[in-house]
Amino acid sequence: MSESTPEAKGTPQSSGSENKKTELTGEKKVAKATPESPPQKEGADKTEVKKPPAPKPKPKPAPKPEPRKFILSSSPHIRDEESVSRIMRNVTLSLVPAMLAATWIFGLRSLGLVALGMASAVLTEWAIYKIFKMEGSVSDMSALLTGMLVSFNIPAGTPWWIPVVGSMFAIAIAKMPFGGLGYNPLNPALVGRAFLLASWPLHMTKAWLPAFWWKQPGYNFFTWKVDPASFIVDGATYATPLEMTKTALRTVRNPEGLPDDVIQSAMVNLQNVADRLIDLMVGTVGGCIGETSAILIILGGLYMIFKKYIDWRVPVSFIAVVAIGGWLFGGSKGAFTGDPLFHIFAGGLILGAFYMATDMVTSPMTKKGRIIFGVGCGLITLMIRMIGGYPEGVSYAILLMNLTVPLIDRYTVPRRFGHIKPATKEA
Amino acid sequence: MKKTFRGGTHPPEFKLTAEKAGEKLPLPSTVHIPVLQHIGAPGKAIVKKGDEVKVGQPLTQAGGFVSAPTHASISGKVAAIGEYPHPSGREVITISIDGDGNDEWFEEIVEDVDWEKVDAAEIIKRVQAAGLAGMGGAAFPTHVKLSPPKEKPIDTVIINGAECEPYLTSDHRLMLERSEEIIQGAKLIAKAVGAKRIFIGIEDNKPDAHGVLEKAANEVGSDIDLSVEMLPVKYPQGAEKQLIYAFTQREVPPPPGLPMDVGCLVQNVGSCVAIYEAVRYRKPLIERYVTITGAGVREPKNVIARIGVPVSELIETAGGYNDNAAKLLMGGPMMGAAQWTDLIPTIKGTSGVLILSEEEARIGVEMPCIVCGRCVDVCPVFLMPTTIARMSELEHYEDAEKMGALECIECGSCTFICPSKRNLVHHIRFGKTTIMAERRKAQVAKRAAG
Repeated sequence: MSESTPEAKGTPQSSGSENKKTELTGEKKVAKATPESPPQKEGADKTEVKKPPAPKPKPKPAPKPEPRKFILSSSPHIRDEESVSRIMRNVTLSLVPAMLAATWIFGLRSLGLVALGMASAVLTEWAIYKIFKMEGSVSDMSALLTGMLVSFNIPAGTPWWIPVVGSMFAIAIAKMPFGGLGYNPLNPALVGRAFLLASWPLHMTKAWLPAFWWKQPGYNFFTWKVDPASFIVDGATYATPLEMTKTALRTVRNPEGLPDDVIQSAMVNLQNVADRLIDLMVGTVGGCIGETSAILIILGGLYMIFKKYIDWRVPVSFIAVVAIGGWLFGGSKGAFTGDPLFHIFAGGLILGAFYMATDMVTSPMTKKGRIIFGVGCGLITLMIRMIGGYPEGVSYAILLMNLTVPLIDRYTVPRRFGHIKPATKEA
Repeated sequence: MKKTFRGGTHPPEFKLTAEKAGEKLPLPSTVHIPVLQHIGAPGKAIVKKGDEVKVGQPLTQAGGFVSAPTHASISGKVAAIGEYPHPSGREVITISIDGDGNDEWFEEIVEDVDWEKVDAAEIIKRVQAAGLAGMGGAAFPTHVKLSPPKEKPIDTVIINGAECEPYLTSDHRLMLERSEEIIQGAKLIAKAVGAKRIFIGIEDNKPDAHGVLEKAANEVGSDIDLSVEMLPVKYPQGAEKQLIYAFTQREVPPPPGLPMDVGCLVQNVGSCVAIYEAVRYRKPLIERYVTITGAGVREPKNVIARIGVPVSELIETAGGYNDNAAKLLMGGPMMGAAQWTDLIPTIKGTSGVLILSEEEARIGVEMPCIVCGRCVDVCPVFLMPTTIARMSELEHYEDAEKMGALECIECGSCTFICPSKRNLVHHIRFGKTTIMAERRKAQVAKRAAG
C-alpha cells in the first residue's frame, strides 16, 4: 500500500497549472483518479477537491516511495517450457543412437563426416546472420540438426568435403535466403542432399562402404583414407539393397535376350536381399550413414512422437503407403508378391518418414493435411522406386510434397467449433 | 467415455492455496465500487457525495436490461464519485465509500422464510435486484442468462466448478465450504429456467470438492436430475463452450451464438451461492471468495473480501509483496489481465489476484513461427491460431475474419504451447478489436446513409 503513494497526487495537480505537462503517464493517471488515495491515507477526501490544498508541498522527491511498477503484457502470462531450441536439441539428441550405430558399422570415419556436416552448417548460418545482420541466432539449434541430417544422407565413403558443401548449401541456399528458420519452403537437409546428388553423383551413389569394412585387413576403426571402389568384388556387391533389387527385378521381369547366368545371378541377388531383412533392420548393410539402422531411427521417432515433436500421422501414412505399394507392385512374380518389410526397411524410408517428412517448418499444420502429406510422399516414393531412374525416391518425394504444403494447409482448414450441420443437434 | 472436449492443453497447476480455508477479512475502511463490473451498460449512480449508505444499499441502477446494479459493500459515507482505476485498465466512474466501521445492513435485506416457494419470475427479479454478474470472470449479468427467449428453452443447467485456471483456488474453497448453498443455488437456477437436469462439473484434481458436493446434493435432494461429475484436468475445461460440449456433446454455434441456442445454461459455483443468497436473504452481491497467490506475495491465501476493497489492501493481508514481485494480474495466468497499479478495487468478477515473481513472469524471446502446428492441435475452438495471428499482424483483417478470428475465445492455449513464444492471442485479439471497430463504423455509415 505504501508503494502507491499519496504524494504522487499532490504534485501533478499543482504542477498542472505551471508545467502543463507531467511527463510521467503513471503520475498523470494517478492525478486523474479522483479518489486517488489508497485507504486510510491522510486527507484523501480533501484532495478530491479540484484546487490543490496548498501549492507549498513542492518538496524534494526524496521521501517519495516509488509506486511499484508492474510488467504489463497481454495474456496468457505463463508459457510452456518447451522452446524451439529445446525441440531442436532434443530431436538432434534422438538421432545420437543411430549415429553411434553408424560409427560402429562404418568406422570412426562416418562420425567425422557427421561432425564436419554439423559444424559447417552452424558456421554457415552464423556467418550469414553476421554478414547480413539478420535477426536471430544459431542458438535455436536448427542448423545443428540440419547439418546432422545432411550428413546422415551421404554414403560413408565420400570425401570429407561432401558433407561440408552439402550443409553449406542447405543453410546458405535453402534456408537463409527465405528468411531463416520458419520460412524455408523446402527441407534444407534434403535440398542439400539433392544438390550433392546432382553435382557429385559418383560420390553420392558409388561411395558405399560395406558394413564393418574397417574390420577387413589393412583397415582399422580409425581409418580415414579409404577407396570405396576397392570393395567392389564382382561388380554388384557395392550396391545398396535397393539398388540391387531394382536391377535384379528389371532383369527377372524382362529376361528376353539376356544370358542365363545373368538371370540366375539376379534371382540369387533377390534371394540374398530377402534373406538379409534382419540386417536391414539392424543396419548392418551398405547405405547412407544414418539411413541404415532402422530400429534405432524408429526408437528416436517414437521418442519424438511421445514428446509431441512430430505427429504420428506423417510417418505412419508415409510408410504404410510404401509398404502396401511395395507389396502390390514390388514382387518378381506379379501383384501381391512383393515384400512390404523390405520396402519399409531398405533405403532411407525410415529416416525420411520420421525425421525429414516431419520437419515442422515444411510439413502441414493440420492433422488431415499431415495424412495427405504422408500419403503423397509415399506415392511419389513408390513411383520413383518402381518406375523412375533412381533406386531411391524418398528425398525427392518429400521435397516435392514440401512444395504442396501451403496448398494442403489451405484446403484442410479444420471445421471450426460450432460450425455443424443443423441436423446434428441431438436431444 | 471421459467427459471432455477436443483440444486444450495442460499448464502447470500451481494451486498453492488449495488447502487454505477462505479467511473472512476485517471490514475495509474504504471501498471503491465501479458502476461497471459486468459486461453490458454501466449503471447510473443514485447516490451522491456525502450520502450515508448501509451495507447492501443500491448505489446504482442498471443502465439497461444487460446491466446490473451495484451495492454498498460497507456502511459509511459516499466520499467521492468519479473516475478511478479499474481492472479493465481504463478508468471508470467509481463510487468510493469511507466506512463507519459499524457494518450496518440495509433495511430491505431480510430473509424470506418462504423462499422455497418463489416462482421463476420472482427468482429472476431478486437476482437482478441483487446485481449478480457471472463470478467466473466474464461477469455477464446473471438475470439476462436466466431469461432466455421463449423459443430457446433450456433443458440443461451446468454448474461450473472446473476452475481450470492455474493458481486460482477460490472456487475450490467455496465448493468445500459452501456446498449446500451451491446445490440450493443450482436448483433455483434450474427452477428459473425450467431445466430438466443439472450437471455440476469439477476437474478431477479436486476430488475433495467432488465428495463434499455429492454429499450435499444427497442431503439437500432434488426433484430433477442432479449429478456431480468429475472432468479430466485440461485447460480450458471451465470455458463455457467446452464445458457444455463435455457434458452434452453439443457445440454452441459461433458468435453471436449462445449456450441457450443449444438448450444450456452455465453458471459458476460462486454465482450459485450468490443466487441462493439473493433469493433467500435478498442479499446483494457484496462479497466474494478471492485467491491471493503467486510467488510475488508472501503468504498466498484465500479470502472472503467485500467488493470494492483495493487490491493493495488484499495484498497487505497476504503479507505484502515479495521483493521479486513483478506482475500483478486480476484473474489467473492464462486469461487474467495485467494491471499497472494496485489501487484498483476488487470487483464482482475478481476470482483471484495473482502476483507473479520475476521468474514466474519470464516469457521467452519471441521467435519466428516454425509452423509446428501445436497451436492448431490445442485450439479448443479448432482455429488455426498462427495463421490468424499472422494475417492480423499483416493487417489482413478480412482474411483473419474469414479464418474465424472472431470465434477465438482468447483462452491462451495456443500462446502457452507455442515453442516460438509468439504472442498469438495478442495478435488475434488485436485483429478482433479492429474487425469489430470496422463493423461498427460500417453500421454507423449505413445508418447515416439511411
